[in-house]
Amino acid sequence: MATAVTEIKVTPEIAAEHGVTREEYARIQQILGRDPNITELGIFSVMWSEHCSYKSSKVHLKRLPTRGKLVVQGPGENAGVVDIGDGLVAAFKIESHNHPSYVEPFQGATTGVGGILRDIFTMGARPIAILDSLRFGEIKSGKNTTEEASAKNRRILDGVVRGVGGYGNCFGVPTVGGEVAFEPCYSQNPLVNALALGIAKKEEIFLAKAKGIGNPVIYVGAKTGRDGIHGASLLASAEFTEESKQKRPNVQVGDPFMEKLLLEACLEAMQTGAVVAIQDMGAAGLTCSTMEMASRGGTGIEIDLAKVPQRETGMTPYEIMLSESQERMLLVAEKGREHEVLSVFKKWGLDAVVVGQVTEGGIARINNNGRIAAEIPAHPLAEEGPVYNRPIAAPAPRVETEKDWFAFAPEGTNLTANFVKLLSSPAIASKRWITEQYDTSVRTNTLAGPGASDAAVVRIKDPKTGTVKRALALSTDGNGRWCQLNPRVGAMHAVAEAARNVAASGARPIAATNCLNFGSPEKPEVMWQFSQTIDGLAEACTALNTPITGGNVSFYNETLGKSIYPTPVIGVLGILDDASRVLKIAFRQEGDIIVLLDGSTSAVGAQHAAPLLGNLSSALAREFSSSEYSKTIASIIAGEPPAIDLPAEKRLQDCLVALAAEGALQSAHDISDGGLAVTLAESCFASASSLVGAQHAAPVLGAIVNLGADSLCSEHALFNERGARAIVSVTSSRLAAVLNTARQYNVAAHELGQVTRNGSFRIEHKGRAVLDSSIETLRDAWAHSLERALAGR
Amino acid sequence: MKFGVVVFPGSNCDHDAFYAIGNVLHKPVEFIWHQSENLANCDAIILPGGFSYGDHLRTGAIARFSPVMKSVEKFAKSGGMVLGICNGFQILCEAGLLPGAMMRNSGLRFICRHVHIRVEQTDTPFTNAAQKGQILKIPIAHSDGNYHCDEATLADLEENRQVIFRYTTPDGSDDNVGNPNGAVHNIAGICNRERNVAGLMPHPERAVESALGSSDGLVIFHSMVEALVGAAKATA
Repeated sequence: MATAVTEIKVTPEIAAEHGVTREEYARIQQILGRDPNITELGIFSVMWSEHCSYKSSKVHLKRLPTRGKLVVQGPGENAGVVDIGDGLVAAFKIESHNHPSYVEPFQGATTGVGGILRDIFTMGARPIAILDSLRFGEIKSGKNTTEEASAKNRRILDGVVRGVGGYGNCFGVPTVGGEVAFEPCYSQNPLVNALALGIAKKEEIFLAKAKGIGNPVIYVGAKTGRDGIHGASLLASAEFTEESKQKRPNVQVGDPFMEKLLLEACLEAMQTGAVVAIQDMGAAGLTCSTMEMASRGGTGIEIDLAKVPQRETGMTPYEIMLSESQERMLLVAEKGREHEVLSVFKKWGLDAVVVGQVTEGGIARINNNGRIAAEIPAHPLAEEGPVYNRPIAAPAPRVETEKDWFAFAPEGTNLTANFVKLLSSPAIASKRWITEQYDTSVRTNTLAGPGASDAAVVRIKDPKTGTVKRALALSTDGNGRWCQLNPRVGAMHAVAEAARNVAASGARPIAATNCLNFGSPEKPEVMWQFSQTIDGLAEACTALNTPITGGNVSFYNETLGKSIYPTPVIGVLGILDDASRVLKIAFRQEGDIIVLLDGSTSAVGAQHAAPLLGNLSSALAREFSSSEYSKTIASIIAGEPPAIDLPAEKRLQDCLVALAAEGALQSAHDISDGGLAVTLAESCFASASSLVGAQHAAPVLGAIVNLGADSLCSEHALFNERGARAIVSVTSSRLAAVLNTARQYNVAAHELGQVTRNGSFRIEHKGRAVLDSSIETLRDAWAHSLERALAGR
Repeated sequence: MKFGVVVFPGSNCDHDAFYAIGNVLHKPVEFIWHQSENLANCDAIILPGGFSYGDHLRTGAIARFSPVMKSVEKFAKSGGMVLGICNGFQILCEAGLLPGAMMRNSGLRFICRHVHIRVEQTDTPFTNAAQKGQILKIPIAHSDGNYHCDEATLADLEENRQVIFRYTTPDGSDDNVGNPNGAVHNIAGICNRERNVAGLMPHPERAVESALGSSDGLVIFHSMVEALVGAAKATA
């Protein structure tokens, strides 16, 4: 083949600079039967990067359950697809954009959102919702955080939030949910995981398989520039060093307006019936899209780079193939009907150019002005890349004694002051300051936006008639602190909580997507965390009937050799068969009965459900030391996550779904971060906007609750975070029916107290008031603390 | 009676306005592409919210040059009913069909939340079905809703009762406190002197079903329908 005289001669050293190992280089020579030229080396290096090839995670991901009767498309395509009835399917997927968001928070976050949206409409689905799961370093200076570090974390958060909003708001898809958590380990390495959900007619789903020899290959969307070369692929495939700031040019730049045009044009073009296959250009841009389409279709592909719309002059084949310029698509049209496709893109004012064709024989040939710039067998490149079974080593077991654990306050201590402090912590405090910067109501489908229900709930309008029957619920969760203490149990909790949140909105959990954020796979203990996490996910997803339909793995979340907590973020999708039955967390009216539903024990009360390892109180202290309360009040992060009981989770979830379908509940809110006390308070706070018969604003409802006289200490009763529990409120007339349904599902139901309207919040334990405050005092602490913290106050 | 919803590149509330009129009010409605100069015999035109042309240069600054705007201008000048919502309001200001201009929100951030606005005037085709002083709970979603104009224009607006919606608190007691974006005189919406062209920053099309948190926006669309029915009777 012809090579330019000026072209750089590829050596193993240059290969090493591309992150290609000697073994991988030998593999490349074997596949090509010769040395690669620089363009081919670039292509191999991005296709075989950790980010694109999953070479370190593949062997473990195999263990995840991916099949289910509703699963239409599992992992391997642009997004997972599930059947949601009435001839409709939902496409959804979560993806990380961590490293770019640290290097350049605003652009990193925008392109993260843009990338996941493209994955959805590439499949022919119209995006209807975005969720964002964010992790930052501490934004308040304190024990482990200097003022300088916290100020930097606040700037990163601000940039990321502006970026998420900036993209979704302009694109016109509501950002309806997600979560935000803070731990020192994310200080140098924030996590930005974006989830998008789309709807399509079942028969109109598009796949990225090149088909039909001679069919034209069409490039559409933004022009190709030098931006983002090695962006996702390289930034996300190596850990950070002091020099990483120099990688700012590697971060792509997003244009939501261009993507909005691309969305409308692509969906319109698909309607012509002339589109055979389509693939977005995300990580590794033109390289990934050409090679994967050919490989998946079992065909070859031939494109001419001279025809590729270019934003800059003098770009080399290497630069064009590796550019990660955003808002670009590659599609295959039916030969002879390309004009139908081209005219749609012309209407929307977008570049659309035939750049090549589908060929026989499985070779991807990249031409440039009559010269062959690269010639690679597509399938070996895309599918036969390196797979590593990396060494795994469990870290030395943590030796802890009671003195490392949380010491419970003496009996009778009034805990109100601690409670206010807990409600003020960024982890628990209202995230309104963040979520109000997101358009949460565009598309008029949002039945439950941020904070209204345990899950985000969007209704489904029939694409043709606009009639509404069902709704979809989505929740993302993942407690990195728990995964650090016990990756397997922590991962199970992530699935359990996401599914519980979905069930607490009234929806039946049906499928999951996962974003696995970890440190360097080259560290045996990180691979141990990863392997343990996969085992936990597999067990929980199987037990809760939520197969994994897709997602992504983000390794090398380290800076200066320090790994983040292992942080699997799980997104669970659920169906609400009757959109009018959505459950929200807000208490509705004075006099309603407050009931604790507990799946973990049908016989005894929740407070007795402690894991009976050794001495009960020390077992409780050990478990409690992993709680938000322990971290906030005592700065103790130790022990173990709460014991998990998956059958109990399933019982509770099935019970909540049944109660919602009966319309038996006034409100439902699961117990998680901060425990029962925080759950009760949040249901009070939310009542301001949803009081029955309320015109506009109304006084916030309060609660009077009695936790009985069990033998355990009050702090544990109020703030423990064991799962499989939810707080519901019921009108007195429906109480019997609710208790009866709970019995049928073998879920314990405890009447704890009543919703009040006297402005007070009071919890009694063993006959004493352990929490007693005006609801407004609590609400002020909860409602404004994040804003104050972000203002550096 | 037929409504037309103009679609600019970057409009993203066009489907919402279409749905509110077609599926909630059950009135005829169709989309009008920005490059068409033909308003398809519509009796009322809605310029929807969104980010026409990506807000490049200035919100609404490029959309006003779309071919369709020539026809909208002609339609408005001949007394046709035109409602601009959010970005539509911004476009109407840029096009000179309404006075004033939008600045960044005083907080310099995008805000999406329910706000409360008071109906200040009911002798317009957009408010005739409402009570004077009625308070509506309607969501906003914008970065540039800080309405501004010079003193003389402001005096004119008030003098001619062209301020039809004003931000206020839920109980209507404190307009300044209810103002989310710093708009002068707490202005949320205005009409032209002839009262047939109006713009507002809040999104009434997002407040037409209680399931979505409020149906207070309906009164604006009901007003338009009644005005059209009235006009039809008059010419009959």
